[in-house]
Amino acid sequence: MSEVIEKVSIRITINGQSYRRKVEPRLLLVQFIREELGLTGTHVGCDVTYCGACTVLVDDKPTKSCTLLAVQADGCEILTVEGLEQDGELHPLQKAFSENHGLQCGYCTPGMLMSSMALLAEKPDPSPAEIRKGISGNLCRCTGYNNIIKSIQAAAREMAG
Amino acid sequence: MSWIGKSPERKEDQRLIRGRGLFVDDKQSYGLLHLHLVRSPYAHAQILSIDVAAAEALPGVICTLTGAEVKDLMPESFMELGPEPAASIRDYPLAVGKAIFQGEPVAAVVAETPALAADGGALIEVDYDMLDAVVTAEQALEDKDILHESAGTNQTWQGVYEYGEVDKAFAEAATVVAIDRLHFHRFASTPVENNAVVAEWLPHGDLNFFCNNSFVGFAQQLLAPALGISVDQMHIKTHDIGGSFGNKISNYTQMAIAALASRKTGGRSVKWVETRTEHLLSSGHGNERTFLDTEVALDKNGVITAVRSRHIDDCGAYPRYEPLGCVIWSQVLPATYGVRNFRIDFSQAVTNKCPAVPNRGYSRMQHLWFMERIIDICAHELDIPADEMRLKNYITEFPYTTPNGCVYDSGNYPAMLEKAKELIGWDDWKKKQADARGEGRLLGIGIGTTLDSGTNNFGQARIMNPHLPFSGNSEVATIRIDLQGSVIVTLGSGPSGQSHETTASQVVAEELGISPDLVRVRSGFDTGWNTFVGHSGSYASQFAVTGLSAVHGACEKLKAEMRRLAAFILEASEEDLEFGIGDEGPQLSVKGTDQAVNYWYMGNLVNNDNAVLAGELGDVTLNIRHVYRPPFTVPDTERKYGNLTLTYAAQLHIAVIEIDRAFGHPKILAYAAVDDCGTVINPKIVGGQVHGATAHGIGAAIMEIFQYDETGNLLTSSFSDYCPITSMNMPDVQYGSIQTPSPFSYNGAKGMGEGGGAPLHTVSAAIQDALYGEGVIVRESHHSANSVFALLRDSDESTGVQVETRQ
Ligand code: FES
Ligand code: FES
Repeated sequence: MSEVIEKVSIRITINGQSYRRKVEPRLLLVQFIREELGLTGTHVGCDVTYCGACTVLVDDKPTKSCTLLAVQADGCEILTVEGLEQDGELHPLQKAFSENHGLQCGYCTPGMLMSSMALLAEKPDPSPAEIRKGISGNLCRCTGYNNIIKSIQAAAREMAG
Repeated sequence: MSWIGKSPERKEDQRLIRGRGLFVDDKQSYGLLHLHLVRSPYAHAQILSIDVAAAEALPGVICTLTGAEVKDLMPESFMELGPEPAASIRDYPLAVGKAIFQGEPVAAVVAETPALAADGGALIEVDYDMLDAVVTAEQALEDKDILHESAGTNQTWQGVYEYGEVDKAFAEAATVVAIDRLHFHRFASTPVENNAVVAEWLPHGDLNFFCNNSFVGFAQQLLAPALGISVDQMHIKTHDIGGSFGNKISNYTQMAIAALASRKTGGRSVKWVETRTEHLLSSGHGNERTFLDTEVALDKNGVITAVRSRHIDDCGAYPRYEPLGCVIWSQVLPATYGVRNFRIDFSQAVTNKCPAVPNRGYSRMQHLWFMERIIDICAHELDIPADEMRLKNYITEFPYTTPNGCVYDSGNYPAMLEKAKELIGWDDWKKKQADARGEGRLLGIGIGTTLDSGTNNFGQARIMNPHLPFSGNSEVATIRIDLQGSVIVTLGSGPSGQSHETTASQVVAEELGISPDLVRVRSGFDTGWNTFVGHSGSYASQFAVTGLSAVHGACEKLKAEMRRLAAFILEASEEDLEFGIGDEGPQLSVKGTDQAVNYWYMGNLVNNDNAVLAGELGDVTLNIRHVYRPPFTVPDTERKYGNLTLTYAAQLHIAVIEIDRAFGHPKILAYAAVDDCGTVINPKIVGGQVHGATAHGIGAAIMEIFQYDETGNLLTSSFSDYCPITSMNMPDVQYGSIQTPSPFSYNGAKGMGEGGGAPLHTVSAAIQDALYGEGVIVRESHHSANSVFALLRDSDESTGVQVETRQ
């Protein structure tokens, strides 16, 4: 424990911006995102991969960033909640969550949004059952989920045009 | 246009939807240090020695703290709310001499990074001598193993609540139903954000906290004497809080450790962020209650005339806030029913389990579950349909004074039942149920009626301990027109997701005739704003009454000043002025003319250009602080009598549940929730609270439990074991509302965030109904597949219920 831990050099692209850093091998991806880069929209809510507050997209796949080491994400492209808004325009999911009261305290919201992104990329017109499954790895203690499901349905409609 | 009853865009969403909130763990600064806590693996153990040498020698570790050291640094232990002997309990933020629950912090390490602090923690050697653990309150009351030697007993409180003529009612009863034991289990609403704090105790004495405590008015009163600092030297701020549900009221103990650690580092900022497992192990569980030897007297029509019973609360290792739970339940003594005669012998005991904390529905939920079980068990035994049983017993006249002097402001429970039946499709389900029973399937329909009493009279604390210096209630708001003419509001509530910024802006918009987007409501809580009193915080379903009344009162005072000022500027009479929006923004104008003065002009005049003001306007500041105080008096502590809360929101839920006979799994097939919180300020937000409270209740009823083994090991200490409810288990909720405005709040609103634990009552009732004819009675509040399976398996055992029919 007291021996000096060799740092490892990694390159990760987050929200279109590329970063090169030397990190301890034990650093979690979520710690890298929050503490190294200061992107604090991605949250931590548990220590057993249950709550999904830390969900980001790693090469388009929804990933619990608390369960991946930063070194494992070397060379990957990552999208976090901060990357959803484009040119000052909120993503339809962000708008829909707000319009449908899909968030209260907002702590689960970034993770929920990222899981929803992945869900809609795979299933642009999901059924309620598919939505429930798509966010089943994301815990929300405030909303009771009903409004989140509504929000995702509304965003799906909006994105279908 | 009116802004009350509308759902404008939430102000909070602007930042939260972008991931730009500011939660405690988001706070970073140069030189920030990190705190890690070393915890007892045992529920009850003497601490023989603690060796911190190896930890302190680790590069990157700044310092350590132990219980013995903390005891020396603190002028006194945290104030105990209970009377003697509980008042003699010593509660330090690190265990001193003995650990009394699994997960209790025994030492702390401060280091340059969170990982180094954890490394340091792993190097601390603690030698324990394990003692027998006391894991139930009944066992604790035997006083064989004493947890707190300074108190000499495990009982923290005992008192009898007696009203009416109980023995006479039993003597005259047509039927007496006896229930040997009912038990309400341990769970918590566990917010997704854990407890966290950044503390900075500067060498010259000032102490800064950035934290997620949800009842700062109370926390500062506990922290100041324990840390030997004046309240004014403590600067406490919150910003975004990721849910609390009452649980974050008690994190002042960890705030104290972080403060002492900062002081030991010479005043550097020290951050502590709890892990989820730490949270579940040690940060606070909802209270567990056992109801013994209950007897219910009924007349020949099935109307309940009296209840007598013995209730025991398990408050875990330290009573902390919890002795208040010994009284708070009595806000809803008769629940929604007209029972006039009660004798409840209430006691509370410490056990070697995590301390109990206020949890959504705090203390009333347990009692309401008890009363709902009584209704359903009596209905079952007397063969009266559950809906009819309720209609026979509901209170129907309002305001209604309960046997212990509480005043139910308004309500219409039969109308709520009607509405819930409509939403769920009652008649249809009744038919389906008959068919299912014909096929031997277990399908049940359950009703739960509950109350969410809001706006506490803190005077009730004196029923528990007459020496406590608390009574009444209050909340603060400030409003000002700044020098640019902006409308700025601050609140004392420090919310955690309840949308206070939005609803406050609606009230201001309504009062000033402007729109909510023109009102800037500061986020969070800050002692530096001077917007707080001892009651300030977000708890006990009260913001719609206390917080918004404070905002409203502040608006009235501001408007009076603005009228005087505008009358002077426009050379008009005050009566001719009206508030509104003109071409140049918010303004006051002279009715029927184009003469107007806007807020910018007025704000600048007062703040920048005041030589032109007439002398009689010298007291106008456009900067108002208003304290709202509900009209309470101190209860009669001898008789345990008085008005304990101002408003009574009500919820009525219906659930349809089918039980899988092979595995006991209860599946919710349909769910309806009807809410009455008086006048609704913002329907979307009220709906959100109803859904959230419903999820907590359903989660608690069918999944979530803090289960201890006999040595005091918590078996459900991670989310994987505790299994909080997810989107896969949460049913679609058919939601409806009725509105019976409260005559006691200026706006007719009633606080409603807690929800009264309605799903617990409802699910228990539905399980009971599903098991109709199986020879079992539901006497537990937790209905996992395991526990339902056990009920079915043990159906040949006694139900624990006896009926004596006399006429
Ligand atoms: S923090 Fe809970 S799953 Fe990652
Ligand atoms: S909005 Fe608070 S946890 Fe989901």
